[in-house]
Amino acid sequence: MNFDNSILTLTTFLPLLGALILLFINGKDEGSLNRIRWIALIATLVTLLLSLMVWAQFDASNPGFQFVVNKPWIGDSIGYRVGVDGISVLFVVLSALLMPFCVLASWESVQVRVREYMIVFLILETLMIGVFTTLDLAMFYVFFEGTLLPMFLIIGIWGGKRRIQASYKFFFYTFTGSVLMLLAIMGMYWNAGTTDISKLLTHEFPAGMQTWLWLAFFASLAVKMPMWPFHRWLPEAHVEAPTAGSVILAAILLKLGGYGFLRFSLPMFPDASLYFANFVFVLSVAAIIVTSLVALVQTDMKKLIAYSSVAHMGFVTMGIFAGNALGIQGAVFQMISHGIVSGALFLSVGVIYDRMHTRDITAYGGLVERMPRYAFAFMVFTMANVGLPGTSGFVGEFLTMIGIFQINTWVAFGAAFGVIFSAGYALWLYRRIIFGSLTKENLMSILDLNLREKLTLYPLIVLIIFFGFYPAPILDATAASVNALVSQYSAAIDAPAAVAAAVAH
Amino acid sequence: MIQAIVFLPLIGALIAGLFGRQIGHRNSEYITTGLLIVGAVLSWIIFLPIAFSGGEVAEGAAHVEATKVEVMRWIQVGDMDLRWVLRVDTLTAIMLVVVNTVSSLVHVYSIGYMHDDPHRSRFFAYLSLFTFAMLMLVTADNFLQMFFGWEGVGLASYLLIGFWYTKPSANAAAMKAFIVNRVGDFGFALGIFGAFMVLGQIDFDGAFHAVEGAKGTNINFLSWNLDAMTVVCLLLFMGAMGKSAQFLLHTWLPDAMEGPTPVSALIHAATMVTAGVFMVARLSPLFEASPTAMTFVLIIGAITAFFAATVGLVQNDIKRVIAYSTCSQLGYMFVALGAGAYSAGMFHLFTHAFFKALLFLGAGSVIHAMHHEQDMRNMGGLRHKIPVTYAMMLIGTLALTGVGIPGTSFGFAGFFSKDSIIEAAYAVGGNAGVFAFWSLVIAALFTSFYSWRLIFMTFHGKPRHDAPSQDHAHDEHANDHGSAYDNAHESPNVMLVPLYFLAAGAVLSGVVFYGIFFHDIEHIEHFFNGAIVIDHEILEGAHAAPIWAKWSASLAMVFGFIIAWYMYIRDPSTPKRLADTNPGLYQFLLNKWYFDELYDRIFVRPALWVGRLLWKRFDDQLIDQTITEGLGRRVQNVTAWVVRLQSGYLYHYAFAMLIGVAALLTWAIAAGGLI
Repeated sequence: MNFDNSILTLTTFLPLLGALILLFINGKDEGSLNRIRWIALIATLVTLLLSLMVWAQFDASNPGFQFVVNKPWIGDSIGYRVGVDGISVLFVVLSALLMPFCVLASWESVQVRVREYMIVFLILETLMIGVFTTLDLAMFYVFFEGTLLPMFLIIGIWGGKRRIQASYKFFFYTFTGSVLMLLAIMGMYWNAGTTDISKLLTHEFPAGMQTWLWLAFFASLAVKMPMWPFHRWLPEAHVEAPTAGSVILAAILLKLGGYGFLRFSLPMFPDASLYFANFVFVLSVAAIIVTSLVALVQTDMKKLIAYSSVAHMGFVTMGIFAGNALGIQGAVFQMISHGIVSGALFLSVGVIYDRMHTRDITAYGGLVERMPRYAFAFMVFTMANVGLPGTSGFVGEFLTMIGIFQINTWVAFGAAFGVIFSAGYALWLYRRIIFGSLTKENLMSILDLNLREKLTLYPLIVLIIFFGFYPAPILDATAASVNALVSQYSAAIDAPAAVAAAVAH
Repeated sequence: MIQAIVFLPLIGALIAGLFGRQIGHRNSEYITTGLLIVGAVLSWIIFLPIAFSGGEVAEGAAHVEATKVEVMRWIQVGDMDLRWVLRVDTLTAIMLVVVNTVSSLVHVYSIGYMHDDPHRSRFFAYLSLFTFAMLMLVTADNFLQMFFGWEGVGLASYLLIGFWYTKPSANAAAMKAFIVNRVGDFGFALGIFGAFMVLGQIDFDGAFHAVEGAKGTNINFLSWNLDAMTVVCLLLFMGAMGKSAQFLLHTWLPDAMEGPTPVSALIHAATMVTAGVFMVARLSPLFEASPTAMTFVLIIGAITAFFAATVGLVQNDIKRVIAYSTCSQLGYMFVALGAGAYSAGMFHLFTHAFFKALLFLGAGSVIHAMHHEQDMRNMGGLRHKIPVTYAMMLIGTLALTGVGIPGTSFGFAGFFSKDSIIEAAYAVGGNAGVFAFWSLVIAALFTSFYSWRLIFMTFHGKPRHDAPSQDHAHDEHANDHGSAYDNAHESPNVMLVPLYFLAAGAVLSGVVFYGIFFHDIEHIEHFFNGAIVIDHEILEGAHAAPIWAKWSASLAMVFGFIIAWYMYIRDPSTPKRLADTNPGLYQFLLNKWYFDELYDRIFVRPALWVGRLLWKRFDDQLIDQTITEGLGRRVQNVTAWVVRLQSGYLYHYAFAMLIGVAALLTWAIAAGGLI
């Protein structure tokens, strides 16, 4: 096996290796705690490096899977199959990118069970990257569901006061959906005779079956996204999760849903996707408008950002099911961008939470007086959240909206309200926390960003602005695969017989 | 050269913004201001040859392509190819001159005005950032780059209005400005999507070429089958209404006066608010394809001109009077655009930038002299104390009210440009045209009245510094009213010199550029060189307007002056008497037609109410308590069990469960495989 072929395997399992090493370190005294932190950081950084190498060697003009490994594993059906295409490669990079920030953000704020914490995070990283690299349906399911467990533990153990309830709710929602997906996966196997995703992509499922498969996948993916009205677990989970948990949850775990739609629903069940597109549009617009309104009245910072995440994911689902290059490219970009922006926002909240130990918006005010650097960073993130042109947040929103406008003006019209509301809740939050007079006693001595916090926030500022002005690296990487997906999708739905059959259902 | 013009302010902003603390305030000020002055000089170097390249008209319609400089790629997806391109044609050149001239003067002025502010380098960084965004807007070569500049100036405006962040009113005004603008941008964005769908192009030249083919076609928009170009233009115009504070979306502009006065001069008078006018002029080939949209622009402009002037009549805050005046003058510009006289609209934009910036900076000088007093009821008699400022304000007022002798080339800047617009409105004819014409004439009377009222209340009469401040306290110096007049002092030269430049513009910009903007159709054609649509019919009609129409604005102006003189010099008790006898009308005007209250009731409060309802009732009660927790109670026992298992061997548990899932799956698949 040469390096090219093993690089994905390495990227996927290197964090696990880090976790194994941590198992043998006894985290009792301060020195070994620091060693644990450093090992975790180095493991995540090396993984990041590897993922960047994948991106660098990735041939953007090739729409198919690259770095493919295909070995039989369990019986004839399940194989060890990995590979990335233009749609998944960036998610691998995104997952690897945010992990070092998570480790840094937990450096001081996590003081209990540090070793276990880092182990769980590293396992989580392997599982997340595995979701994006695997090309086997069964393996996908394992990774996809596997991410639940570490997250469940992160919220349940290192979370806030209501952590048990939140972690339960998180588990309950996501697991319920997953059971249905498992059934669908079995159904697909019976019909196609393989769990190889690259083969399944060319397999034509009967139109009637597509409907059921689509719905089963939807049950799981819509919860993961989360789409309105399956979003209720998210604010709770975010509020109770520790900072790094929120970052991973918002930045990566939500993207599993969108990735699933792109990998399975659209290419494998095209007729059903067309049939249900309007249904998805309604939910997407509802997500954008309704959750934005709810975000307006939140009193808890993390909840506000969580609700805004749901609204932003509405753009993603809308773009995916627009089914054209603009919409899908926009959706992928929006997911990457939201990964960075929401991660940055939760890290920012973490900065002041670590100091004041409250998420209540009214407990703050006038921070710019004492924390000008923080105020600047938070301003950039807020503007990216609002979707200001020149930040990465804009490109995705713009592309998904212009994509959907060609398909359905009502949906674009509804989604455009998000443009107004997002300005409302984001600026209102900023005003209450950062602006105003610094009158609260306990804020008088608050300190500006320290070196570690600068290291976590500044690179994200650079990325957000860079991709706002020059999104080409992301768009170029995804272009070929998305175009292939679009032509496959439109070819499938243009076949009149198939459409008729889907409609008849 | 164009790269230098556009990017120098950005460099200045970055230096002052990121390293302001290290290099000190003084250096930040000098660097940003110096870079801006260089940019302004370069802009004039581009503009003057275009303006004075002789009167000879090129044979035929020798359409010279605009200069374009590609900076880098931006968004390429499918058929859409977006690049960062700097485009320079006549329309851009005009805006470059306006933006950079006013901006550099405002930078200089701010050195004096902000001299004791502890956050000066931040202020200059914002000013330069604004200038950069505005330059990106005017050099845009495609819809999206324009949108970038459009939102960028919005951001800078937000930051500058809220510059004094400890003032709650300033924060509220900043948010309001951003959000109301976003309402406009909602339309702008949809307009861009629509234009892309209908025209298939996102760069301007491509779109303009495609207009011919799209004329008369219909699209399905929100289940209505509508004329494509009308839909696109109206949506785009919604953006212009937001940015240029037109009727219905105007509410943010007066509040924006919470920002420092140089900001008001630069952003909320001379440049940013005229972006809407620029946009419509830039997109004139699109608007020409839709008479309905043109009429709409005309009517909105006319209503705004009239409405804002009526509110301006009774305001007491010196900056708010000028703000409403700006709003009203922007209405004039839109009337010109709606009439099809794009060059006249640009002409007014050009002259207005000088005299309105002059008035604002003059007002700033007054406020500076009065130690941050803004209420005109507490001023009076200031002409003895600050004679230079008084002279400058007089020039600004003469230019704004449009003093000049019709039929001759004697007159201040506003005289030429405003009368051009009124004549163009007359030439439109029809119901809309007549409505616009009379609205503008009446607005001209009001303009004259409130402008002179401002001069008389501020500079004439007896000092009224004893009068109790009835308005909310704008100033932190509320205690020393008594001494404000006695301590009033003329501003330093660093603040006065910019006024001299602007005053020169206010006097000369009309007469010098009258020919190429409005008077001589051949010159206009040659000057604009295809940058905007030149509608010969409307311009000839405007030139042929009867004498009474041409004199109407001047007569209205004289009437306004006489009334103001009578009410504030001759018999100063008249205003109070009038207000007492017409309390309803007075309150209606003083409260700006109650728009803020109305919007609060029909938009803001319902939005919050619905938000709360959805949160508490839908999310919490229905989804959570009824559905999830109903199922949840049973599983709670399980959770408790999970928690007991946690202590110590977490990872064992995690692995156990992971392996469990995998084993289950393997079994299922294997079993399935056997079948």
